[in-house]
Amino acid sequence: MIRTVTVSALALAASLAVAKADDATQIQWWHGMGGKNQEVINEISRKFNDAQSACALTPVSKGTYEEALASGIAAFRSGEQPNILQVFDAGAATIMNAPGATIPAEDLITQAGYGFDREAFINGVRYFYADADGKFVGMPFNSSAPIMYINTQAFEKAGVEPPKTWEDFEAIAPKLKDAGYIPMTASQLTWMFFENFFSRNDIQMASNSNGYDSVEGTTINATDPDLVMMFEKLKAWHDEGLFGFYGAGWSDNQAPFEQDKVAMWIGSSGSFGGLQQTAEMPFSAVFMPYWDAIEGAGTNSFIGGAALYAMAGHDEAQNKCTADFFQFLTSPDVQVFWHKSTGYVPITNAAYEQAKAEGWYEEQPVAEVGIQQLSLPGGEWSKGYRLGFYPQIRSVEEREFNRIFSGETSVQEAFETIKSEGDKLLARFAKTSG
Amino acid sequence: MAEITDTTALRGLFRRRTARPAAAPEPAKRVQFDRPLLPWIFIAPQLMVVAIFFYWPSVQAVTSSFYIEDPFGFGATFVGFDNYRDALGSAEYHRVARFTAVFTLAVTALSLGLGLLLAVKADAVIRGASAYKTLLIAVYAIAPPVAGLIGMMFFDMHIGPFVTLASWLGWDMQVGIDYFDTAFAMIAVAVWKQIPYNFIFFLSGLQSVPVSVREAAVIDCRNGWRRFRTVTLPLLAPTAFFLLIINITYALFDTFGIIDVMLKDKPANNPVTLVYKVYNDGFRGNDIGGSSAQSVILMLVVFALTILQFRVLEKRIHYS
Repeated sequence: MIRTVTVSALALAASLAVAKADDATQIQWWHGMGGKNQEVINEISRKFNDAQSACALTPVSKGTYEEALASGIAAFRSGEQPNILQVFDAGAATIMNAPGATIPAEDLITQAGYGFDREAFINGVRYFYADADGKFVGMPFNSSAPIMYINTQAFEKAGVEPPKTWEDFEAIAPKLKDAGYIPMTASQLTWMFFENFFSRNDIQMASNSNGYDSVEGTTINATDPDLVMMFEKLKAWHDEGLFGFYGAGWSDNQAPFEQDKVAMWIGSSGSFGGLQQTAEMPFSAVFMPYWDAIEGAGTNSFIGGAALYAMAGHDEAQNKCTADFFQFLTSPDVQVFWHKSTGYVPITNAAYEQAKAEGWYEEQPVAEVGIQQLSLPGGEWSKGYRLGFYPQIRSVEEREFNRIFSGETSVQEAFETIKSEGDKLLARFAKTSG
Repeated sequence: MAEITDTTALRGLFRRRTARPAAAPEPAKRVQFDRPLLPWIFIAPQLMVVAIFFYWPSVQAVTSSFYIEDPFGFGATFVGFDNYRDALGSAEYHRVARFTAVFTLAVTALSLGLGLLLAVKADAVIRGASAYKTLLIAVYAIAPPVAGLIGMMFFDMHIGPFVTLASWLGWDMQVGIDYFDTAFAMIAVAVWKQIPYNFIFFLSGLQSVPVSVREAAVIDCRNGWRRFRTVTLPLLAPTAFFLLIINITYALFDTFGIIDVMLKDKPANNPVTLVYKVYNDGFRGNDIGGSSAQSVILMLVVFALTILQFRVLEKRIHYS
């Protein structure tokens, strides 16, 4: 209740802040961001409203990603949906398998009379939010990649170089341990070591082309021998004191890195803004490692973060405004502003070039690692995945990963559980569209 | 439930007809209405609130529980009792149900016990009594999520003072990773939050024990514990019964805020209660059918529990 009141109060405040002449077409944007990111979103909305007079955009924070999606769904069912809804990567299948709920971003933009060039977007974002034919359904917005942050002091002390592959890691980790550091921690293992294990090593994650072709009969490839090997290794490293695991909470695994106790931390490319304020030591970043032994490995990672969806059921004038805003959002100036203020990667090649030309990466080399990793040559299996009820499958993964490291289960057993529960959830999801 | 502050409100809710006195009610206490419609108009607002906020959602939950539904409402497959079978047949659900039972028992027993102990001790304090009481009651003003946040910091694996304390005792506490440690922390915070509520009620219950009865008891019996057991406790029984129901409801439902904050959005292999699972599957997982089936099961459990309590326990309690 208090939350609803607060949210409405904030919405009211936001609408007052950006409200303009009554004759402008009003559109709403619901998102799941707070703190600094929310401020930047408000700033972008203000810029859009100042740049033209036909449309007035009101951004509303609905809490977390999951809460934003749940609110959007509830609103759609009662006919009160916003014009734009932000949906995170794991929820992509939920919204994309309900074609009547959204207007594909590409259709919306072309209907409004603009051209749409798929090639203008960087490699890593081009497929994730698109349908099987490559048509953009979601408008990529805040995009990130899992990258490896490096405690430069620790590496100097141990006299080693940052790893490119997991083989390299095995060679240097004992030296970092001898130098008094926990060699590595990682946040959100589901994103780093499950989804992006498949993308970085170019291995199939699910049947039906990673779920893109159909929801019927899709199964998850959770018992892949290489994936099981990765976790056997992680567990062994954990037991040897080469890998620290502090539970499923994001910040619990980030904190020891900030405190200079850890030599490498796998986090989000979007983390670097925060790290600059909290890290007690200098740091740099490299790509997330892959296995040299796996053929074809070293491909780009899946895009993380979220996309914007144009909700159906609004009149033409409002849809035109939504299209105008999408155009505005992908313009290089706005993308570079967003990239610099938040740490999320620019999603178009033009914006990337502009940030380069402005010398941003000489100033902040870490800011470029994410986009470089997303722009790596893609493989057959690094385009994306489209799995229903994936937020629930992630919960199963999180549960089993914790059980692996607490010794309650073996790696093989854990992944058999993930496979069987995951397949059951996918089969349930196939029935929802019945 | 928390609005019910008077134990008499619960009196006779489920009382069997035979318990009612056979004699006709006294005319002086009977309220007369000229028109039969008038009393209905008076209770209509309350009935509407109940219908809109309880019956309507309940019917919706029951309906949804027989379908597997697209979250946006485009398609649905009728699956009969499949959602119930899936829930009741899954090992994970059993694990959550077992934990919920243990959690509810532990939280209820500990918060009632400690609340009573503190009330008895505070009742005996003469100097500075109000300071003690205010300090003990103050925690009640903390909202559950804030209590969860405070608890989370106390038990934080990197900076938590309780974790340091435990390490002195040789206990390597890992809240968020170790199932037992997380359960311990969750129970500790939930109990801490509920003690003041029980304290207030027990204290007022104790203070309403007539002085004459206490004095008579002191003359009859010198043993303080025996006096408490045979005189004070039976007189506190109506309060204790009321608190028992409130505490069970609290442990089952109202601890959600604490649990949600302490798990930091990521339940992983940590203990959760049935209500949290309903939320997690329904709102984070968008599985409306499965989540509805679970909430219907929970509704039936609570219903059965309440009837059982009134049937079995109320018999033994004598209201003044």
